[in-house]
Parts: sequence; structure tokens; C-alpha cells
Amino acid sequence: MNKDWPLWEVFIRSKSGLDHRHCGSLHAADAKMAIENARDVYTRRQEGVSIWVVPSSQITASDPEASGELFEPALDKVYRHPTFYDLPDALKHM
Amino acid sequence: MELYNEKLEAEFQSKIDSGQNIEAKDWMPEKYRKTHIRQISQHAHSEIIGMLPEGNWITRAPSLKRKITLLAKVQDEGGHGLYLYSAAETLGISRAELNEQLNSGRAKYSSIFNYPAVTWADMGAVGWLVDGAAIMNQVMLTRTSYGPYARAMVRICKEESFHQRQGYEIMLTLSKGTEVQKRMAQDALNRWWWPSLMMFGPRDEESVHTEQAMKWKIKLKSNDELRQQFVDQTVPQAELLGLTIPDPKLKWNAERGHYDFGDIDWEEFKRVVAGKGPCSYERLKTRNEAWDKGAWVREAAMAFAEKQQEKSLKEAS
Repeated sequence: MNKDWPLWEVFIRSKSGLDHRHCGSLHAADAKMAIENARDVYTRRQEGVSIWVVPSSQITASDPEASGELFEPALDKVYRHPTFYDLPDALKHM
Repeated sequence: MELYNEKLEAEFQSKIDSGQNIEAKDWMPEKYRKTHIRQISQHAHSEIIGMLPEGNWITRAPSLKRKITLLAKVQDEGGHGLYLYSAAETLGISRAELNEQLNSGRAKYSSIFNYPAVTWADMGAVGWLVDGAAIMNQVMLTRTSYGPYARAMVRICKEESFHQRQGYEIMLTLSKGTEVQKRMAQDALNRWWWPSLMMFGPRDEESVHTEQAMKWKIKLKSNDELRQQFVDQTVPQAELLGLTIPDPKLKWNAERGHYDFGDIDWEEFKRVVAGKGPCSYERLKTRNEAWDKGAWVREAAMAFAEKQQEKSLKEAS
């Protein structure tokens, strides 16, 4: 069985002014080839103006099984949202 | 341990029932993982093998326009294979294993590609019917429960629509052409109609995976439902071409609000699925040749990348 080329995660900026967004992954021998392959695999119809590639092995992800504890601190902080504040309807421009 | 698994499985099911997606790192039952690896990789293999019958016609396309569109379609199919392989890899199988499964003949791919594409009209019929049937399945799969698969499907569906339209346009041109061209279009429809209906898989009562697949939202419609939907939408398209669908039993049923259609030759279906289709041997042979002939390129690229990396490390130290 052949050895695979390393795996890369691909991020595409669809037009200037927008964030790069993860769109998938691919195999390539090096970064330059990863960019070229990403161009052919993910932007055949002008889906992007800029590409980032990152070796998949370099990504650290949060553990989904620990999501409860990780995101719990934000759960009871409704006062961080504007709708928490009860103001009269007569108030304008706020 | 068993209790723990039961609890996880119940949570997993309720997540699916409430319409949430399952993501790569989430807990999932082993069977869900295996089923997905099988289904996504079969789908990927189908895209890759699907390039072969059409690839044969690129150099023989009747005009430059037809040639560049067919080339673009085949390139899309390569791309679709890659989206799907990546989705399968998120479940813990390597690309090398996936390739090995396809090349050794252990993995299945859509049987439709084991039929020959013998005339130019077949490029029309394949785009119209085969891609049309695939789209029905793929549109459903954009809502499947496994996130990476569903997202790959969204991208694929956006691109597939051009495939079907270019196929139909070929059929339209031929069916408005000379008597010989029209006969050629009719002949392609005659040969691709039944295999296209078979693409939806066995009848519901004989489909072994359907129930579990529905529960896990791997599938949202049954084989027979999708097949009926395909017949209903394709009959008027054939009429528009002035071509006749090769089924004497085909008839509008006002009561059901659907077309009734004749019996599929399930013996033929089983034969082709079992690898005894007219081109099964040839497809796998072509695929293996391409893979083997490309080996030195893949190895050289990796050797070059490693050498460059060593060089830049040396320069830095």
C-alpha cells in the first residue's frame, strides 16, 4: 500500500471583505502543491480570491465530549445581549 | 461499559431526531461509522470510475464546444470524488486504504458505469439520465445526518446541474437533427433507460439497509420513492425531445398522480452488481493502469517535498 501525501485543510476567501472559510481538505506533497490542488478542487467556478492551506496535523480542536464544560460559562450570561434590557418603546435610535 | 454505550447511543439518536448533524469528532456508534465509510467511499469510487466512460469520448467529441464542456464535466467528477474521499477520511480511514479497496475490486461503485458508452449520443443520455438519477439521490443527501458528507453534497449538487443540462442539450441537438442523429438519440435512451432506473437500488422490500439508514437519516427517501420521482420528472423531458421511453407499460395513473411503469430486470441488476457487467473488467483494469502509471509521479513529488524541507531546515540552523 502506498504512503499517502500529507493532508491539508483548505480555507477560501470567497471575495475580498469576507473571512477565509474552511471548505474541505486534500492531500498534497507540500504547501505549494496544496495551494495549486486547492485551486483546482475548490475554486473551479471562481469561488475564491484567496486560499489558505494548513497541515491538518497542525490543527488542535476542542473535544466535543467536553463541550458542556467548555461553553457553560456563557450559558447564564444573558445580560450580554441587548434584548436583556427592558426599555420603553418610546425610546428611539437605540 | 454496555450501559455507558446505551446512554451514548440514546443521546446520539436524539441528536439525529432533533435534526442536528453529527460531526467528525462526535461520538457515534461503530456501525454508523462503518456504514458511512462504506457509503461515502462507494459514492467517491463511483465519481472516479464515472470519469472513464466519458473520458473515452473527450478526444472524439464532435465540436470544440462539446469537447471543453465534456472535459469540464469529467474534471468536476474528479473533484467530486476528492470531496467525498475527504469526507470519508474524517471517519478514520486513510486515502491509501480507500484506493486499495477500489483498485483491488473489493469496494463497489455504481453499477451504471459498467455499461459501455458506444456512441456520441451516450454522452447525452448519460448526462441527462445518469446524472439526473444521481442528482435525485444527492439532493436528498444534502440533508443527511453526517456533517462532512452533507456539506460535500451541497457543493456537488451545485455543480451537477450543469452536467445534466449539458447532457440534455446534446440529446436535444441530436433529436432535432437528421434521421440518423435522431435514431442515435433514441438508441441511447433505449440502452440507458433501464440501467438508470436500477441506479436507485433494489425494491424497498428487498433493500436490506433501508430501515437503519432512515433511522440514522443517512437516507431520507426510499429507493422506490426516488425511482418514482425520477420517472415522473423524466417522462415529460423525453416527450419534449420527441423520443420514446422503451417501456410499453409506461402510463400516467391519474388516481395515483404518478406514472406506472414496467418491471425492472432484477436478474440483470444482480449480475451487474456482482461485477459481471459488460465493462466491469475493463473499468477496473483502466483504473489500475492509471494508478500504477502515476505511482512514480506521486513518489517523486513526495521525495522532492521532503528534500526541500530538509534543505530549509539546514539553512535555518
